[in-house]
Amino acid sequence: MLRAQNLHIQRGRKTVLADIDLLLNPGEVLGVLGPNGAGKSTLLAGLCGELRPAQGRVWLDDRPLAQWHGAERARRLAVLPQSSTLDFAFRVEEVVGMGRLPHQSGRLRDEQIVAEALQAADAAHLHGRSYLALSGGERQRVHLARVLTQLWPGEAGQTLLLDEPTSMLDPLHQHTILQAVREFASRGAAVLVILHDLNLAARYCDRLLLLASGRPVALDTPRHVLRPEPLKAVFGLDVLVQDHPERGHPLIIAR
Amino acid sequence: MTSLVKPRTLFIGLSLLCLLATWLSLALGPVSLPLLDTLRAAARLLGLPVAADGLEQAELILGQIRLPRTLLGLAVGGVLALSGVAMQGLFRNPLADPGLVGVSSGAALGAAFAIVGGSALGGLPEAFGPYVLSLCAFLGGLGVTALVYRLGRRNGQTHVATMLLAGIALTALSGSAVGLFTYLADDATLRTLTFWNLGSLNGASYARLWPLLLVSFGVALWLPRRARALNALLLGESEAAHLGVDVEGLKRELVFCTAMGVGAAVAAAGMIGFVGLVVPHLVRLVAGPDHRVLLPASVLAGASLLLFADLVARLALAPAELPIGIVTAFIGAPFFLYLLVRGRA
Repeated sequence: MLRAQNLHIQRGRKTVLADIDLLLNPGEVLGVLGPNGAGKSTLLAGLCGELRPAQGRVWLDDRPLAQWHGAERARRLAVLPQSSTLDFAFRVEEVVGMGRLPHQSGRLRDEQIVAEALQAADAAHLHGRSYLALSGGERQRVHLARVLTQLWPGEAGQTLLLDEPTSMLDPLHQHTILQAVREFASRGAAVLVILHDLNLAARYCDRLLLLASGRPVALDTPRHVLRPEPLKAVFGLDVLVQDHPERGHPLIIAR
Repeated sequence: MTSLVKPRTLFIGLSLLCLLATWLSLALGPVSLPLLDTLRAAARLLGLPVAADGLEQAELILGQIRLPRTLLGLAVGGVLALSGVAMQGLFRNPLADPGLVGVSSGAALGAAFAIVGGSALGGLPEAFGPYVLSLCAFLGGLGVTALVYRLGRRNGQTHVATMLLAGIALTALSGSAVGLFTYLADDATLRTLTFWNLGSLNGASYARLWPLLLVSFGVALWLPRRARALNALLLGESEAAHLGVDVEGLKRELVFCTAMGVGAAVAAAGMIGFVGLVVPHLVRLVAGPDHRVLLPASVLAGASLLLFADLVARLALAPAELPIGIVTAFIGAPFFLYLLVRGRA
């Protein structure tokens, strides 16, 4: 279980993230929203130990994050960055298979897991293709399959951090991918996902963290966070909020 | 561009190629031996019970000249190719070359220092002159690489982009120092220096072979253990770290193996370019980029390629001999251009 306590992060002298108190619960999908430069990716970098906190601490289970090592940590915490720069012609299943690096589960089991994760990311048909020949959205799904593979099948105690996993996806895949993430979380892992689409956040997240200028503005259920006032304050956007006619979750419409 | 050849087929093919190259390298030269006699003499050298009739000359040539030369070629080719893989992995760029971290230019500086300095002292004694040269080249390569690595460190992290630029700067600096030594050298020394810079497997002896063989075996046994971590490194340094790879340790190992390997190869055979760049590329074209295949396959391919290049060097102008660096550059540079022009799709 990942927990941030009074987390502050500085870049140079400037504090870019402050006052973050966050607990990622097992089985929960927590969405992070905020305008460009609000500190969303910084938060993710702080939560996975890439940036060292200037103040406060991040805990993974009973130990501070920095005290976890290599493979042991990688079996509990997986991170999907916004974009990757792989410039070598690996086949799709080889890229996804890299997710098994921290495990010693054997080739057969690994292959099976790779196939299941590819299926979950709706990328099974890419099996055998060269990574370099894929489109941006296909590459994004392959990398999602890779981080799912790293934690597969997913259980309580594991954490998955996703930085805009839908940024390059077509509308259908935005939904299938977040649905897959939900299913993954339903097996017990905690998921934190940075999103830009308010309606996707409303539909697929259990709780939302709204960030503005590196500070938390709200941390609550979508219904409480996605109201016209905070959205106007944070994004400067005038919105109407209605109920989804079939599903009941909030539906955000720009005025 | 995906894997075209199954790893098993590739390894069988490359092993056969390597055996063929070894066989030809043992047989051909200014005095060419019949292929069968070469096999029989080689068997006798290995201690197999083969009749000695009429093999005395073949055995002498093999034992004294061709075998050390062939072993030198195998080791130099293999370790240069491995270092190429290591550097292309470290810089996450398929066009990286072992020379990038300054090891070749450092070795050239060490060698120039030994050659010109030795001649200024009135000539090094015949008996250990070559060892001093090798040692200086090895230490020069190691020293400059250590400096490049040091310059790339900041806040406990190694920045490969900074290392790349530091490597370019120190290569230029070493070049100017070599230029100074060249300027100071007399005609005979100049000739030695020039030939050393062009590389050659000529004059191989067992005594100079052992250190290189040891280093090569060390590198060839060590790097494949890091194959999966190297694969992950190609995703990016932070991605590799998230997969549990000790990225700083891996980078240190890659630089160290390259410095040791290329340093020892250059110390034993002079400057031989393009093997480290071209061989991993060729192997990737047929087998894909997975380091679990790429590393061992590159050893076999590099060793074979260098022996064939040496055969060209030996036979093209026989009985005179071309420096092998000319041959590898003559093949390697156009191939490099071809790769650049073709694009990296």
